[in-house]
Amino acid sequence: MSAVRAALAIAGKDLRIEWRHRTALVSAVVFAVLVLLVFIFARDPGTLAPRDLAPSVLWVTLALATLLALNRAFLLEREHGALDGLLLAPVSRASLFWGKWLANLAFVLVVDAIAFPLWVMFFGVDPTAALWLVAGVAVLAAIGFTAVGTTISAMTVRTRFAELLLPVLLLPFLLPPITAAAGATVRILEHRPAGEWLGWIKLLALYDLVFLVLATGLFPRVMDE
Amino acid sequence: MNAAVDRATAIIRRGRVITVVALMMLAGIYVLSLGLTPAERAQGLAFKILYVHAPSAWAAEMAFVLVGVVGILYFWLNDPRLDLFAEASAEVGMVFGTLILTTGPIWARPIWGVWWAWDPRLTFTLLLYLLFAGYFALRSALHDPVERARFGAVIGIMGLVLVPFIHLTVYLFQSQHPLPVLGRPPCPPGHPDCAPSLPWVLLKPLLLSFATFTLLYIGFVTTRYGIGLRRQLAEEAEHA
Repeated sequence: MSAVRAALAIAGKDLRIEWRHRTALVSAVVFAVLVLLVFIFARDPGTLAPRDLAPSVLWVTLALATLLALNRAFLLEREHGALDGLLLAPVSRASLFWGKWLANLAFVLVVDAIAFPLWVMFFGVDPTAALWLVAGVAVLAAIGFTAVGTTISAMTVRTRFAELLLPVLLLPFLLPPITAAAGATVRILEHRPAGEWLGWIKLLALYDLVFLVLATGLFPRVMDE
Repeated sequence: MNAAVDRATAIIRRGRVITVVALMMLAGIYVLSLGLTPAERAQGLAFKILYVHAPSAWAAEMAFVLVGVVGILYFWLNDPRLDLFAEASAEVGMVFGTLILTTGPIWARPIWGVWWAWDPRLTFTLLLYLLFAGYFALRSALHDPVERARFGAVIGIMGLVLVPFIHLTVYLFQSQHPLPVLGRPPCPPGHPDCAPSLPWVLLKPLLLSFATFTLLYIGFVTTRYGIGLRRQLAEEAEHA
């Protein structure tokens, strides 16, 4: 089996399990909506307009929803020793990473795709063409978030404190891309010239590329038995 | 086994000797910078905190970078001693990180008027600090020493790759942190910012302080490495 087909088979397996249960997906979407609501209700409506908070809220919501999604990625495999079965399968560890990463990315993008229009609606963001650019930034950020997150969640799942350790270890890695994504979002929404936000997008793209390559190289070390 | 324990004890002793020498040098730095160096014109006495703050930043960054470098070596050589060194270096890095994060606000209060200004450089030191706090949380949650070493090396390498991104974000983010006095990015000749950044009388204690903190790092890490080695031997004896 070629490496690409193996990765697609693993991603397909994960997504099929998600689709059959839908518990994780529904929970992640509801969680994202709840985070949006928390921001609406945790402010003084008289002094702070939702629109002023919009860029920050978007990135807090997407980062937290990603954390929730990544937590389940390997917990699924821990039950009934499924991970051992996966490691015994005649596929390379790199394919295993790509399969897991693709499934995580698809999962996160679905959650993002539902949360994004709700964010536009709840926070009174102008529905202009610039929103497509912000959506593009969200896709770029999701690629980096999940590349790092897949590797880290494969490690934290080996401990009894997986749910606690994942955010503690992952968030420091997510802060540079969050800074870049939020920096770009603010400027795009204010219709600033491209020169002012393109640097952030380039940084985000570089982060994705570097950490995808690094994670492909390091994941086999994590999975060594 | 006894010979190995003796070797570990000898390493600890060597580490302590280096640490004592470094601490005596540190006392000399205090005397030199507080008593024999004039106050800086603009910042006054607050400037003197630089003699602890900047070398701590150097030692902490060196400590964290070495954790990553040793992580790469670990995957290459598969030597468990490298993991002991990484653990020691990370722990010592946390000590120097604590120094940066306390001296930074103490300096910022009289100069900027606030304890914490969300200055990117201090913020990202905090970030690196938290990353290594996570590193220790993960290590303590793992019982298998081989797994602990492997995962430690992975986080160390990922942290090492994250450092340039942290620096890039710092420079893209608007900063009010003073420009580095050593190793600052090149700028066009004749530009006022390119002028010799610090007069020799103020620079000399700083350079001595950098040397002292490097020695302090070596002393701390050698001691901590020896302690780690002895702890590992005790664990092995328990399981035998």
